[in-house]
Amino acid sequence: MSNNGTAVSLRGVTKFYGTGTSRVQALRGVDLDVRPGELLMLVGPSGCGKTTLISVVAAILDHDDGEIVVFDRDLRSMSAAEKTRFRGANIGFVFQAYNLIPTISVTENVAIPLLILGSRRADAMARAAEMLSAVGLGDKLEVFPAQLSGGQQQRVAIARALVNNPRLIVCDEPTSALDADTGRLVMDVLRKNALSEDRALIIVTHDNRIFSFADRIARMDDGRIILVEPQVATS
Amino acid sequence: MYRIALKMLMGDRGKYLGLIMGLTFAALLITQQSSIFVGLMTRTYSFINDLSQPDIWVMDPKVQFIDDVKPLQDTELFRVRGIAGVEWAVPLYKGLLKARLEDGNFQIVNLLGLDDATLIGGPPVMLEGSLADLRRQDAIIVNDVGASTRLAKKPKEPGGKPIPLQVGDVLEINDRRAVVVGICRVLRTFQSQPVVYTTYSRATTFAPRERKLLSFVLVKAAGGVDPQELTGRIARGTGLAAYTAQEFKDLTFNYYMKSTGIPINFGIAVMLGFLIGTAIAGQTFYNFTLENLRYFGTLKAMGTSNAVLLRMIVLQALVVGALGYGLGVGAAALFGYVMRGTELSFRLVPEILVLAGAAIAVIVTFSALLSIRRVMRLEPAIVFKV
Repeated sequence: MSNNGTAVSLRGVTKFYGTGTSRVQALRGVDLDVRPGELLMLVGPSGCGKTTLISVVAAILDHDDGEIVVFDRDLRSMSAAEKTRFRGANIGFVFQAYNLIPTISVTENVAIPLLILGSRRADAMARAAEMLSAVGLGDKLEVFPAQLSGGQQQRVAIARALVNNPRLIVCDEPTSALDADTGRLVMDVLRKNALSEDRALIIVTHDNRIFSFADRIARMDDGRIILVEPQVATS
Repeated sequence: MYRIALKMLMGDRGKYLGLIMGLTFAALLITQQSSIFVGLMTRTYSFINDLSQPDIWVMDPKVQFIDDVKPLQDTELFRVRGIAGVEWAVPLYKGLLKARLEDGNFQIVNLLGLDDATLIGGPPVMLEGSLADLRRQDAIIVNDVGASTRLAKKPKEPGGKPIPLQVGDVLEINDRRAVVVGICRVLRTFQSQPVVYTTYSRATTFAPRERKLLSFVLVKAAGGVDPQELTGRIARGTGLAAYTAQEFKDLTFNYYMKSTGIPINFGIAVMLGFLIGTAIAGQTFYNFTLENLRYFGTLKAMGTSNAVLLRMIVLQALVVGALGYGLGVGAAALFGYVMRGTELSFRLVPEILVLAGAAIAVIVTFSALLSIRRVMRLEPAIVFKV
């Protein structure tokens, strides 16, 4: 946990894409704090900068100006190699399109973060199996992603994001490809397994059906955070 | 992670097989065409290989290769024998003559006339009869391939198999009677005409009337005399060209390399195999990487370093390269085995295996570099794009 009680702290963060006349400002001085043990949803219209914001927070995209501190580590002070190692140890990802490698079993998919960190294959596979059981897929260890439904694939992706106990989990539209019931089931799984006192979750979503799972909701527009509010009722 | 790299590669069956097939085809074409080329070039000097006894070949200085006969006067034989360091020197006639077959057809044969006294220069393997039978009247020895193909007799029934020439059969060479007294085996020659052995004196009666008929003088260096040094002495003493067997092979080989279209024709085929292999494998491997870019991006986002991703791609390239090379070279070797004993010249030497291996290594390196460049430049933020 951070000294000042925040998991993620953003101050005046800007990000531009392109150069010259095609230069576009995606983030216009974003200030935001995410607390440990909190599930923060980032909502707003398409193109407002939500995905750019979680990309810079997750250290997969460099920002241009401002300060981003994630669990006491200032991202600007890190080299590319340090960021790679930092992501491997501290950040879990859940994607809208799941991004499960189709030619390996779901257990191997879940084991990848541990293998990246250098775990022995047998240990990684055993831990992956535990995580799959935790998300309700203990009977699907040997199947391939294509043999699963969308909701099941997203649960595999959640297991993969959690398998190495990262401190920050970023999710991009985790339920937008799922029907309402499956979306709620996935959010239940995420909340139940991912939330802990020393971990933070940031979820980018358009899906107002899942707003009720958030601790706080940050609304974005035109590259800025315009409002941070506690959980609101589903509209 | 490397196991995952291999599963990513092998899991996409279509591309995996396409890659291996492209590389197999390249390795097959490079190995097969190079082996045929080497086989063909080896045949250009197979006569020299068959004659293992002489150390030195003496000939007209204008001779460029083994079949480029420029006859000498018979007296040159005695001049060569007079050179110090020569243990023995014997004449050899070599020429293309017309043989009339039993059915009245004509066939060009490669006639070799051996020294009457010693029969030095005879065939390396006798299958029927003996070399000494050449001393019988009108005697000739025919090679087995010639006897069973171009010199074979007509089948007894239409559509039947030709009947191989046998001991006791009679031919006419330049209107003179020639009786087969033996069947021999020789190395296949570049011109692939039947090879007929007889004595030197009888060969000169078969040959058309010319003032000069001596094709080569075959020389053995005396004990303790360096053949290389002796060639210089013979050349200085007679004004003729004298080569060791290896030098004469090199002269013949170089003539065919420089003065015929053979190298360029085979070179084009080999280059074609290389280019097609590069195009197929390069494009397929690159497409494979492009289709997996999202997953490489995901691995990168999850903390996989560029070095590990690079090694994963190199491993994938190495595996398809090794499989393609093995299958291609194996197929080429099988082709050579199946075609053994036919007119096809095929000689698979270790240098060709190295050449094919190097070519495949270049192809997979090129393919891998394209992919590596793409993955190294990949922004992991791609993972959030649907």
